[in-house]
Amino acid sequence: MTSTNPTLNPVGGADAPPAGPRAARRSSSRAAEARRKWYEIIGLTTPAIVVYVMFVLVPMGFAVYYSLFRWRGVGPPTEFVGLDNYVLAFQDPIFLDALRNNAIIVVGSLVIQGPIALGVALLLNRRFRGRTGFRLLVFVPYVLAEVTVGIMWKLLLTGGGTVDALLRSLGLGGLVQAWLADLDVVIWTLLFVLTWKYVGFAIILLLAGLSNVPPELTEAAAIDGATWWQTQRHVTLPLLGPTIRIWMFLSMIGSLQVFDVIWVTSVPAVRSLGASATMATYMVDNGFFARLWGYGNAVAVILFVISFVAALLFQRFLLRRDIEGAITGRAN
Amino acid sequence: MAMKRRAGAVLALFLTSALLVTACGGGEDEAPAESELYKNPVTLTWWHNASQDGPGKTYWEKVAKDFSALHPTVTIQIEAIETNQLQRTRLPAALLTSDPPDIFQAWGGGEMREQVEADYLKDITDQVKTEVANIGSAAEIWQVDGKQYGLPFRMGIEGIWYNKDMFAKAGITAPPTTFEELNEAVTKLKAINVVPIALGAGDKWPAAHWWYNFALRACSVDTLKKASVDLNFDDPCFVKAGQDLKTFIDTKPFQANFIATPGQNDPTSANGLLANGKAAMELMGDWNRGTLETAAEDPEALKKFLGWFPVPAISGSAGDPKAALGGGDGFSCAKNAPAECVEFLKYIVSPEVQKGYAETGTGLPVAKGAEAGITDPALKSILEATSGATYVQLWLDTAFGSTVGNAMNDAIVAIFAGNGSPEQVVSAMKAAAKK
Repeated sequence: MTSTNPTLNPVGGADAPPAGPRAARRSSSRAAEARRKWYEIIGLTTPAIVVYVMFVLVPMGFAVYYSLFRWRGVGPPTEFVGLDNYVLAFQDPIFLDALRNNAIIVVGSLVIQGPIALGVALLLNRRFRGRTGFRLLVFVPYVLAEVTVGIMWKLLLTGGGTVDALLRSLGLGGLVQAWLADLDVVIWTLLFVLTWKYVGFAIILLLAGLSNVPPELTEAAAIDGATWWQTQRHVTLPLLGPTIRIWMFLSMIGSLQVFDVIWVTSVPAVRSLGASATMATYMVDNGFFARLWGYGNAVAVILFVISFVAALLFQRFLLRRDIEGAITGRAN
Repeated sequence: MAMKRRAGAVLALFLTSALLVTACGGGEDEAPAESELYKNPVTLTWWHNASQDGPGKTYWEKVAKDFSALHPTVTIQIEAIETNQLQRTRLPAALLTSDPPDIFQAWGGGEMREQVEADYLKDITDQVKTEVANIGSAAEIWQVDGKQYGLPFRMGIEGIWYNKDMFAKAGITAPPTTFEELNEAVTKLKAINVVPIALGAGDKWPAAHWWYNFALRACSVDTLKKASVDLNFDDPCFVKAGQDLKTFIDTKPFQANFIATPGQNDPTSANGLLANGKAAMELMGDWNRGTLETAAEDPEALKKFLGWFPVPAISGSAGDPKAALGGGDGFSCAKNAPAECVEFLKYIVSPEVQKGYAETGTGLPVAKGAEAGITDPALKSILEATSGATYVQLWLDTAFGSTVGNAMNDAIVAIFAGNGSPEQVVSAMKAAAKK
């Protein structure tokens, strides 16, 4: 404006305004700053929000919508059936088997991986030769792709395969099972494979948590005459609490949604009998292979609701302290 | 004024009828004049399932290239997609959009019926009369209510692939022709410590096919034909099939842990057991020649000992003893695909292209005049049995559609696992038909 109308400036209009307008100008510059801030917020968050809405919220809305139809994926959905698909799911014994298997995996992962990971992390936190090598080794299964892990264990666990031969050569032939074929054994076999795959993740998380424990505290405990064991129990472990709770949260959500390792390691027949099905594999088997698209969407919504409620409850009762601590810590 | 109005009315009528005529011309039963074909450049997208590198995939590339060379206005874009992905996710999703592939794999049966009801497919009845006559009864699988919606390029019946050396060693002089003889053969093979029959129940369908064969023997052809259309399974023969299967399973003809054994493609599969001399028999379709070879450690040895015989008959049953189970692969054109699509389809099933297909050894051709491409003795015996079959029933899971098919297969697998019953198979099928 000034450049297009330079004659206005020498008159001094813009540079020397009276007192009243000056106050107005200050407030208007504050408003401009607020506006600028809003532009910034909108500009920076819009792409993320658009992506989130497009690829998370909208598909979720569609899933809920489609779940209300009897629809086989041919032509648009027309046959509205209300909540029938949900009722059907809870009447199907195979879906209930899948729910039970998910429960086994959630609890089994926490109970088995937790203590192992804690023990190994405490051990790896001490200084000894070859520590880096050990850390790497422990983390390798987690880095491997799920499909690779699935195929590897499938081959190792085949009847008369490596695992059986190993057990026999150790004189433990009596323990040999039809690992992937026995309907009562297969879920425990899969829990073992999942533990092998994901325990490394728990260990790395806990190691990171351990590196945040101030050495002064453990030193002080040592000076006070605490044994190594007492130090871990009364100093390190309480300080590791937030990390452990975050790991439990991630492990629980992962276990509810587990798909790939199960899909690759166990065969379709054993899945369809319910012995190794999870909610996610059940969803794909029914949605795509049986072409029940409406029903498959209903199962997806059930899986979502269960995970969502579990996540909310966990945050409400276990993570609250950690989140509050983080916020108050920042404010100070 | 009145004159003017009448003239306007006449003009309107004329315009309307002109529109109608053009609408008809561009409508579904378009039979474009020869002059219209190959005039404008078109691109055909072609989705097939020969996704693994090998003779099948290479051959389709050659076919597309040859066709473009013959008709320079046509460009063909191939997308090769693994069967399950193609059939379960990619095709259904693409067909829901306004831009589906022009020509794509079609397996006939219940799925095709649904696709026709949704108006996805081009009715090609009038254009392919010659081809259908040359293919014969196999083409019926790609028909819905008497109209042709696709053409097969591969078709064969299933039977039992066996190890001739093991049969000789066990003292079995001729391939079994009845189930009594098959049971005897099983006993003899057990006596020489051989797994009589390899079974890939892990993949469900290889196990389910045993039930299909018992159903084919227990049910009359009419019952099966009707069931494919109205999905009514009240006939007691469907329960009988399960009972016969249960009796057969109780003779323990299969290897241990068959419930987790995959069907094909790796050494631990049922295919691997037969191909590497660890089992004497396997029930499988005509494609097995190729898949056995993939799983064999010594393909030369396999070639020497491999034989084939049709599924034995059951004496005194309602079914036709010369009926056989079979299936194939074909292609359909999308409803709005250019007319060149049908020409390409006709080209694929022409005797020369079919002969080349037979030579790839990936399956049995359907067109008469292509048999010369078959040299393998086992495949030759299938070809003879196929032409000698009085009736070819499409795989039941394909015929009944995926929803009933999947529920049926699951319930059959439960019988194999020891926690299902013949009645539960039928009730599962009925429940799925309503889902």
